[in-house]
Amino acid sequence: MRRWESFLLPLAAGCLLLAAWHFGVQLTGTSIFPSPKAVLKGWGELARRGVLGAYARDSLFRVGSGYLLAICCGIPLGILLGWYPQLAAAINPLIQMLRPISPLAWMPLAVVWFGVSELAPIFLIFLAAFFPVVVATMNGVRNIPSMYLQAGQNFGLAPLMIFRRVIFPAILPQVLTGLRIALGIAWLVVVAAEMIAVDSGLGYLIIDSRNAGKRYDLVVAGMLLIGLIGLALDVLVQQTEKLKSVRWGFREE
Amino acid sequence: MAQAAAVVSQSLARPKVRLRNLSIDFPTDGKCIEVLRNISLDISPGEFVCFLGPSGCGKTTLLNVVGGFIQATGGQVTIDGELVRGPDPRRIFVFQERGVFPWLTVEGNIGFGLFKLSSKEKARRIEHYVRMVGLSGFEQAYPQELSGGMKQRLEVARALAVNPDVLYLDEPFGALDSITRLIMRGELLRIWEAERKTILFVTHDIEESVQLADRVVVMTARPASIRRIVEIDIPHPRDISSRRYLELRDSIFAEIGLAHKV
Repeated sequence: MRRWESFLLPLAAGCLLLAAWHFGVQLTGTSIFPSPKAVLKGWGELARRGVLGAYARDSLFRVGSGYLLAICCGIPLGILLGWYPQLAAAINPLIQMLRPISPLAWMPLAVVWFGVSELAPIFLIFLAAFFPVVVATMNGVRNIPSMYLQAGQNFGLAPLMIFRRVIFPAILPQVLTGLRIALGIAWLVVVAAEMIAVDSGLGYLIIDSRNAGKRYDLVVAGMLLIGLIGLALDVLVQQTEKLKSVRWGFREE
Repeated sequence: MAQAAAVVSQSLARPKVRLRNLSIDFPTDGKCIEVLRNISLDISPGEFVCFLGPSGCGKTTLLNVVGGFIQATGGQVTIDGELVRGPDPRRIFVFQERGVFPWLTVEGNIGFGLFKLSSKEKARRIEHYVRMVGLSGFEQAYPQELSGGMKQRLEVARALAVNPDVLYLDEPFGALDSITRLIMRGELLRIWEAERKTILFVTHDIEESVQLADRVVVMTARPASIRRIVEIDIPHPRDISSRRYLELRDSIFAEIGLAHKV
């Protein structure tokens, strides 16, 4: 695929969808579902009220905090689990049991533990991002070819150096993949996380717009903004996969 | 005559690597599998020894024991009279070409073991070995951008850069195509003649062993023991259609119980 194609094709598809949306609303004459123009106006209104940027910032802050926390806990734990099979045998079933529990199921507990504060949504986002990071890191360590470790030992590297110069670079591609997945999930959970305990953020915007006056134009405006920011985050994280020193770990597209 | 004299003086020299009654048993599912049985061998400094045997006979295990990666169940390995207790940068193990680090450039790979040197000395060594293995112009390339043969040469360069006195090569050319393999053998011999390392080379390829080695150690199937040691008394460069070459090659084919016919 040529460069301009990978840019132009999705743009064309987006325009087509936008047109379909516009005429769909017009033809059906619905008064509930907003037209693209109404959504655009909604964005304008939010910007004038000064909440568009503020809400996006608050959401990004919560996701960023929960995500960073998940990385800080998840990568070390993943390395330990990957390195010590006995530890993995002991803890992995627990992880696999907790993993399928939706972060939303933790909402009541989050409120009990953290009350009405920033910590409750951050905790939910942390939970969502934590497991993919742990699992990816653990698998990364398990999959290191023994040759690499053997070479590290053979050249006389001390254990800490083997970690820094062999284990870390060897697992990096898999960890990056895990981080990308985790960020996607963290951003996915932000709406639900902001349904509780906070009065700002894009998730709050959606709930509040519906509850206070059934402003579906603002609901859809919030949804679209979440989608666009999510796309931007993914593209951003994807850039790290282009680094030459990790490129080997990703299949050529 | 001169050849014979050289052989005699070599065998009189103090052995570099000494294997004494090496045995290995692997416990598997409660059963004990005997992999190596009672292997004794002396290898002279600068000698090129091939261990030849069928796949899975335990010759790789043997090399891992000599390299210090696996503990022998019985017997011992000494190098320069010193008991081998673990891996050591003076003796470097070379795997198939997949052993190079994919996250490092050619330079990074060759410099991997040189962390104790000054950056100036390190740069000098890297440059020297890049040239020696013919990778000039590829210093900044990553392994995925190199061919199989180039990766293999890179791994040899990484090993040579730390100036070891023994090299362990475990079927290093096994994954290469037959033309590249032939070229690589020539390269290895050239490097060996330039640097005079002691080389222990594991292979299942009879032709390869007769082309490369001073001595071919023919192994039995598992548990591996030494079936016979064949001295290859042909000077390098070897004419692989000479009578002596064919004679030695066919004697090994016969030893293993293969008629050299397809």
